[in-house]
Amino acid sequence: MIFDPFKASASDKTLSMPPSQADFLRDSAFRYLAYFGALSIVLLVAYIVFELGVQALPAIQTHGFGFITGTTWNASEEEFGVLPEIWGTLYSSLIALIIGGTFGVGIAIFLTQGFVHAKMEVTFRTIIELLAAIPSVVYGLWGIYVLIPMLVPVAQWLHETLGWFPLFSTELGGPGLAPAALVLAIMVLPTVAAISTDAFRRIPYKVKEAAYGMGATKWEVILKVMLPTASSGILAGLVLGFGRALGETMALAMLIGNVNNISLSLFDPANTLASLLASTFPEAGQIEIQALMYAALVLLAITLVVNLLGLAVQQYTMRKFEGKK
Amino acid sequence: MSLIDDKVMDTLTHQGDFIATPYEPKGPVVIDCDVKNIYYGDFRAVRDSRIPIEKNKVTGFIGPSGCGKSTVLRSMNRMNDLVESFRFDGKVQYHDHDIYDKKVDPVIVRRYIGMVFQLPNPFSMSIYDNVAFGLRLNNYKGDEEEMVVKALKRAAIWNDVKDKLKNSGLSLSGGQQQRLCIARAIATEPDVLLMDEPASALDPIATRQIEELMVELKEDYTVALVTHNMQQATRVADVTAFMGVDISKGGRTGYLVEMNETRKVFEDPEQELTKEYVRGEFS
Ligand SMILES: Nc1ncnc2c1ncn2[C@@H]1O[C@H](COP(=O)(O)OP(=O)(O)O)[C@@H](O)[C@H]1O
Ligand SMILES: [Mg+2]
Repeated sequence: MIFDPFKASASDKTLSMPPSQADFLRDSAFRYLAYFGALSIVLLVAYIVFELGVQALPAIQTHGFGFITGTTWNASEEEFGVLPEIWGTLYSSLIALIIGGTFGVGIAIFLTQGFVHAKMEVTFRTIIELLAAIPSVVYGLWGIYVLIPMLVPVAQWLHETLGWFPLFSTELGGPGLAPAALVLAIMVLPTVAAISTDAFRRIPYKVKEAAYGMGATKWEVILKVMLPTASSGILAGLVLGFGRALGETMALAMLIGNVNNISLSLFDPANTLASLLASTFPEAGQIEIQALMYAALVLLAITLVVNLLGLAVQQYTMRKFEGKK
Repeated sequence: MSLIDDKVMDTLTHQGDFIATPYEPKGPVVIDCDVKNIYYGDFRAVRDSRIPIEKNKVTGFIGPSGCGKSTVLRSMNRMNDLVESFRFDGKVQYHDHDIYDKKVDPVIVRRYIGMVFQLPNPFSMSIYDNVAFGLRLNNYKGDEEEMVVKALKRAAIWNDVKDKLKNSGLSLSGGQQQRLCIARAIATEPDVLLMDEPASALDPIATRQIEELMVELKEDYTVALVTHNMQQATRVADVTAFMGVDISKGGRTGYLVEMNETRKVFEDPEQELTKEYVRGEFS
């Protein structure tokens, strides 16, 4: 029953009424539904991790921590190590994030800060959203037939003129880190751009007005006021983009060369965890599958750590710029 | 600049654990607000303040900014429950019942004790729907349109909006938006209306109209009003509570300095502090 000790003594002219029984029922029904939704997601994730763990258990027991520091993957010798894959995953995703993130945030600024007419903005946005809709195999094919042939002479020139620089210390002989990271950057870009655009758009008009009112130039307004204000939203976009890059499989499997190799050079072939899983799984025997499950767990752990780090940075900026606790 | 700051710091501080002389209500009390402590996280925002709100009167809150006027006001209809770090220690007796009693749902409290905020916050819906919002929430069975028009007229905004009731509430100017929000709050004729500096964005004419509305509302209801404007307090408040900031213990804790009939507070205050504040504001 609704507990309302006030109606009796309130002014008899008031139109205020307590919520009806039905209102309260709807309220609690909605609350339980929301709890249920949240809980089922948590359970689903827990179940996936558990199931992976069970499958990977034999491999974890045999290889232990050496699996993470090992550098060879040789199924016939039952020798499994994923350090090159971990390196390749993080390195390629980081390069992709730097390139895709810069362009993504740039595009968001371009679209929201009055550089283009509203109609053009819609067109631009649609094109960028289209980028997100292109299947990753198509990106892979485009990378093989268009990007790599284009990159080879550029890489050759860079290597010859700036070969002392670690990033250009080898020659590009086909698939490699550079084409893979560039394609990844294109795939990361729509995520970063869309979320950053929203972050900029959420800033109340009065903030922009206040900055212009102080006599700031457009760039000062953008760099000193709008960017810090939107920073937590932009960070969310970057974290999501990075997560996407870490898990991307198909295009990478086609472009990165799938060679267990730890190198700073952008032109060396490399490998990533997701790509290892995709290319090795179809022909793997039981022992190797267990090792692959272990690798999947490692990828999951990396994603988790990246997301937690992102969350921490995001909360720091929120505290710093928005005063939120 | 810093000279003035120092002055305010000095004068608005009581050393030690000052507690105001309790105000003796002359008539029936609707909300007996007895604050022991109000915290935001570890920060003690307000301490030891007993502020009874009398029926059919306007009770004014004055004091320097940051002394906790809004905090106390928002504690009286459990608005601050929405702030996660908020903690209330004390009692707010509304008619015969403590609104902080565990059995009481804050939703019900807010149905009877309405609120007007300092900054206009209309919903992104039509002007008409903004005002009808509360009526629908309270399942009002009578003539909705009549009540909407009545509320708009009393809030002194009818002439501005009568030809565009279907337009968005957000399309109005700041002052108009605030009057729309007042209309929204009074449409359901709440038993008590809490107003947090409702006129700070209004022009003098609209301010006068809102002040008249408060006087009119108190015939049947009760009003609590936070204001920075001393003249406004003298014009509409029957009783005035003056709050100060206690910085003696390193914090910035607000507390009640003096509460009495408005004329007494302004013309013959008991506390030296009140005298200086009231005088300072006038000159
Ligand atoms: N939501 C909140 N979270 C944390 N601290 C708050 C919050 N609201 C107010 N405060 C603090 O409580 C004190 C009193 O604030 P407030 O009640 O708004 O003062 P007033 O209305 O008298 O100007 C201030 O020091 C303010 O910083
Ligand atoms: Mg305030």
